[in-house]
Amino acid sequence: MLDKIRPDAFSALEDIHDGATVLVGGFGGAGLPYELVHALIDQGARELTIVNNNSGTGVNGLAALVAAGRVRKMICSYPKAADPKADPNIFFQWYRAGRIELELVPQGTIVERLRAAAAGLGGFYCPTAVGTLLAEGKEVRILDGKPYLLEMPLRGDFALVKAWQADRWGNLVYRKAARNFNPVMAMAAKVTIAQVHETVKLGQIDPEHVVTPGAFVQRLVRIQGTHP
Amino acid sequence: MSGFKDRGRSRQELARRVAEDIQDGWCVNLGIGLPEQVAAYLSPDKDVLLQSENGLLGMGKPAAPEQIDWDLINAGKKPVTLLAGGCYFDHMTSFAMMRGGHLDLCLLGAFQVSAAGDLANWWTGDPGELPAVGGAMDLVVGARRVHAIMDHTTRDGRPKIVSRCSYPLTGLGVVDRIYTDLAVIDVLDGELIVSEIVETLDMNGLQARTDALLRAAADMRVVPVASG
Repeated sequence: MLDKIRPDAFSALEDIHDGATVLVGGFGGAGLPYELVHALIDQGARELTIVNNNSGTGVNGLAALVAAGRVRKMICSYPKAADPKADPNIFFQWYRAGRIELELVPQGTIVERLRAAAAGLGGFYCPTAVGTLLAEGKEVRILDGKPYLLEMPLRGDFALVKAWQADRWGNLVYRKAARNFNPVMAMAAKVTIAQVHETVKLGQIDPEHVVTPGAFVQRLVRIQGTHP
Repeated sequence: MSGFKDRGRSRQELARRVAEDIQDGWCVNLGIGLPEQVAAYLSPDKDVLLQSENGLLGMGKPAAPEQIDWDLINAGKKPVTLLAGGCYFDHMTSFAMMRGGHLDLCLLGAFQVSAAGDLANWWTGDPGELPAVGGAMDLVVGARRVHAIMDHTTRDGRPKIVSRCSYPLTGLGVVDRIYTDLAVIDVLDGELIVSEIVETLDMNGLQARTDALLRAAADMRVVPVASG
């Protein structure tokens, strides 16, 4: 019998190793798997490369992971708080002190690099960032008269995602704008761990409404979200 | 000019003017800050589908206190609402919409725009400030029209419309039209054509506040501004 549901977050994360690349879903706080991130802090893996749109806000979630000294490198598009004046800007403190590396990538290029990894592609040509600082070191190719940059796939060893509903086969449904990066990250990692608000019986999710098919999900943890 | 503020369009007049040009049926992405204020001036007679990069099309007004749902936020991470007919989607779909030419317009703020339509709006290049690009580079290469909305000069009176951007670029040759407190300027084949100028200035005055050659359109309009 196929049952991907684990009893708790800690056991779902037990094999995340030092130096792993971990994709973390969410946009700001929406769709961010806070409880899995805090379980990762408890689990203790170090020297992580984290991929997320942001770099943590406030003191919880990714900001807490950074503050715990677990992150070697952050790959993101927007490493600033939405309201920097009201935020402790933990990432910025670590970055300024030279204790964490930043790879800044345009948001759509992060997404498409994840999708390329998910879809088994060797790379792709992308018009975003041509002629800018973020094009440095990248191959430029003119296709049909227009310049593109060669972008490489971005694969995760693990993905931590948040969804609304799941069944034991790992089919996922999301809620509102908390969907964001979660589907593509679920597809782009070797092992995807989803925290879900509720689990339902097989067949209870309308097959027309499944957003992430179970093939992309290895482990599930039911967590009635306390965030944001 | 130092420290002197020209009497031009107020923020409200500017936002109203930009909203006039947004056509019924367009899909539009409004940037964070001044651009998003334009939403309040869109005529209710028009169906304008506002897109938010985090997975919304048909975004409604900011959420009233009793409507706040932290799974329903905009690109600035503020709680919003969804119109009847609006929809949710993931980041792959959102950036395909943006980069793939499916948005009729993106409206952005700018630090600088050049005569060639180069845009600088993501970073000052100051190493003491975190670089953060978000979706800006994807939007400007993808949207069918890219319009900038900004003050004509900096707070200390320096031109923001320049022969060559000194700040790091967001995109090369991407801006089609510039709305400022003093003028509406089209970028056409490397030329800046003034289609509207406020009544408080003549072309010589506008040129003195601009670091790139301007040309008056044959049918240039002189527009009133609120007194005071």
